[in-house]
Amino acid sequence: MAESETPKLDELEKGPWPSFVSEIKRAAENAPNKHMAQDLLRQLERSYNDKIGHWKHGGIVGVKGYGGGVIGRYSDLPEEFPGVAEFHTFRVNQPSGWFYTTEKLRQLCEVWEKHGSGLTNMHGATGDIILLGAPTAELQPCFDDLAEIGFDLGGSGSDMRTPSCCVGPGRCEYACIDTLDLLYNITMEYQDELHRPMFPYKSKIKISGCPNDCVAAVPRSDISIIGTWRDNIRIDPDAVAEYANNGIDIQAEVVDMCPTGCMSWDAETKTLTIDNAECNRCMHCINLMPKALRPGVERGATIMVGGKAPIVHGALLSWVIVPFMKMEPPYTEFKELLEKIWEWWDENGKMRERLGELINRLGMRSFLKAVGLPPVPQMVKVPRANPYYFWDPEEVRKNGH
Amino acid sequence: MATRTDFGPPYYKDMLPPVVQKNYGQWKYHERIKPGVLKHVAESGDELYTVRVGSPRLVSTFWIKDVCDIADEFCDGYLRFTSRHNLEFLVSDKDKVEPLLEHLKAKGYVVGGTGHSVSNPVHTQGWIHCHTPATDASGIVKAVMDELFEYFVDWKLPAYCRVALACCLNMCGAVHCSDIAILGIHRLPPVIDHDTVRAKCEIPNVIAACPTGAIRPDPKNKSLKVNEERCMYCGNCYTMCPGMPLADPQGDGVSIWVGGKISSARTPPKFSRLVIPYLPNNPPRWPEVTSAVKNIIETWAKHARKHERMGEWIERIGWERFFELTGIPFTMQLIDDFTLAPETYRSTPAFKW
Repeated sequence: MAESETPKLDELEKGPWPSFVSEIKRAAENAPNKHMAQDLLRQLERSYNDKIGHWKHGGIVGVKGYGGGVIGRYSDLPEEFPGVAEFHTFRVNQPSGWFYTTEKLRQLCEVWEKHGSGLTNMHGATGDIILLGAPTAELQPCFDDLAEIGFDLGGSGSDMRTPSCCVGPGRCEYACIDTLDLLYNITMEYQDELHRPMFPYKSKIKISGCPNDCVAAVPRSDISIIGTWRDNIRIDPDAVAEYANNGIDIQAEVVDMCPTGCMSWDAETKTLTIDNAECNRCMHCINLMPKALRPGVERGATIMVGGKAPIVHGALLSWVIVPFMKMEPPYTEFKELLEKIWEWWDENGKMRERLGELINRLGMRSFLKAVGLPPVPQMVKVPRANPYYFWDPEEVRKNGH
Repeated sequence: MATRTDFGPPYYKDMLPPVVQKNYGQWKYHERIKPGVLKHVAESGDELYTVRVGSPRLVSTFWIKDVCDIADEFCDGYLRFTSRHNLEFLVSDKDKVEPLLEHLKAKGYVVGGTGHSVSNPVHTQGWIHCHTPATDASGIVKAVMDELFEYFVDWKLPAYCRVALACCLNMCGAVHCSDIAILGIHRLPPVIDHDTVRAKCEIPNVIAACPTGAIRPDPKNKSLKVNEERCMYCGNCYTMCPGMPLADPQGDGVSIWVGGKISSARTPPKFSRLVIPYLPNNPPRWPEVTSAVKNIIETWAKHARKHERMGEWIERIGWERFFELTGIPFTMQLIDDFTLAPETYRSTPAFKW
């Protein structure tokens, strides 16, 4: 038997978890453009030996009519690994909630085997389908074929990045808003912002149907839309008793873990009581007993802004700016707010300054004033503890007290 | 033919299985049947079974076509993916669930990742396809999940456990709110290539990109210089300028962060906190990383109360106790000295030994 060229990577074919190395090897053995995956394997083995990456910095590539969606990637060892000398990425906009027909996926596979390496990520961290590895000459033909089967590009660079959403009303009883429809609607409305970078930096939008936040909107998006409700949790008392009979310790697991202490449990009568006015809608009790407890019926979303990963000035979690907004097509109120936010950011943001960092630099007060939102206590964890705050001198003089 | 643009993604309603179309927004409740299998019941009484399969995220078209064959056989030609790279088979016929599970087992797919388990780690590209990584991504995830496999396929944990990996501080995987985050880090300042800086970089933009103000103009060389004492190796300058590479086989490695969460259940979302500032890149299986992650998860599993996420457990027992129970040494790097540092210092004499 011939000695393997990739002894280190071969180690990662062992063990129970599915192996990405086996996947690259499948493409290296069977893909029409198999030389690409073959050289990817060899270059990766080289990285495993050298303990360093072998991709060059940047390189601008693209397709006609778009300012983003394709990311240039060149090997720094092109003579040694010609199959990955040009190994560019397509970001392809996923359907809402990552639902597919097998027919659609097969069409996608056919296009990608024809033009690229046959390797993908299902999906990238932002939500796109990632097609890994196409040479420059294949970019336009590949996009033309993608367009033919109805797949458009996602975002890259300083634009609205491909928004994403949770499974929502497609399969989840917690969904307080139609995440799938809202996502599609926003994506279609802002195609220009998605495809032509013109902002100070990236702008991410993520939509979760409830405060469980399955798409990590709060930590990961500049504009986070989280489904919620305003009225009372709906209780099915018989189903509560059924959970109690089937082994949930309602006192310990539900009532004692409620962060607001708004619940009480009468073990004798198997009665759960909720003081809904004191509930903060954290989802814990509903998560534990979905058959017995359901979100209320007056539904909408909490709008939060500013979330981001560390680059440049540190990670931020999104902050509440609108505690409750109705979310029904055509979503006019939300879009008007979004456009005001983008306008303020575009006007004031420095290059590579995310929305949260700009709010930090200029102050939440400036932001709220610019987008026309009134201050409410739901916006803060606690009020300020320092005496350094602003007044408008004109206002002070005018009022005289 | 002129290329059409801006037509958007496939319309989601065309991608939904009939049972979802029919019961859209009318789901009533769900049950966790067993690890990896969910049952959703609609107001109409219709049932939808979900079988969740772990994927390696990096998959070939052959894998996609294989899972399409399975979806054609058991799910009328529909499937979906999750936000954590899992694949989900949606089965409307209860009688097909067990045959599907047997089929998946026979073909070597892994079913799990629901309920009180370790779900599929969100991760980035690493050495496979990125120009700024400090480590590989898929390789560590594979090695870690081989080690944690029993926690993916079974319910042995007190609560959810979300593991995520990003191969540099850019955090394409935005791992910063995970129960366990594995983060690639550099430990040496950029090595300036003045010719490249002169040829390819906008000097003011590079200076502005530094979060610690460590970069200054170098008029003599028409280039830049770095105050190495202030550099925190974030790599932002390299993102802006190819003349400032900081990847280094000796300097690069992996850090471990714990206790973050995303959902608002019980407690608000939290950042993960640094507990191990550096572990070496030791491919192909990163044994130091896998054993560190396993130790933390098993210590939590042993001591936490039911439904208590990693961060909630640590907040209850205190960080001083966390370091004692895990045996992880406390080092200077764990004390914050960036922008919000004072918020992390203890200002009470009430603590534990």
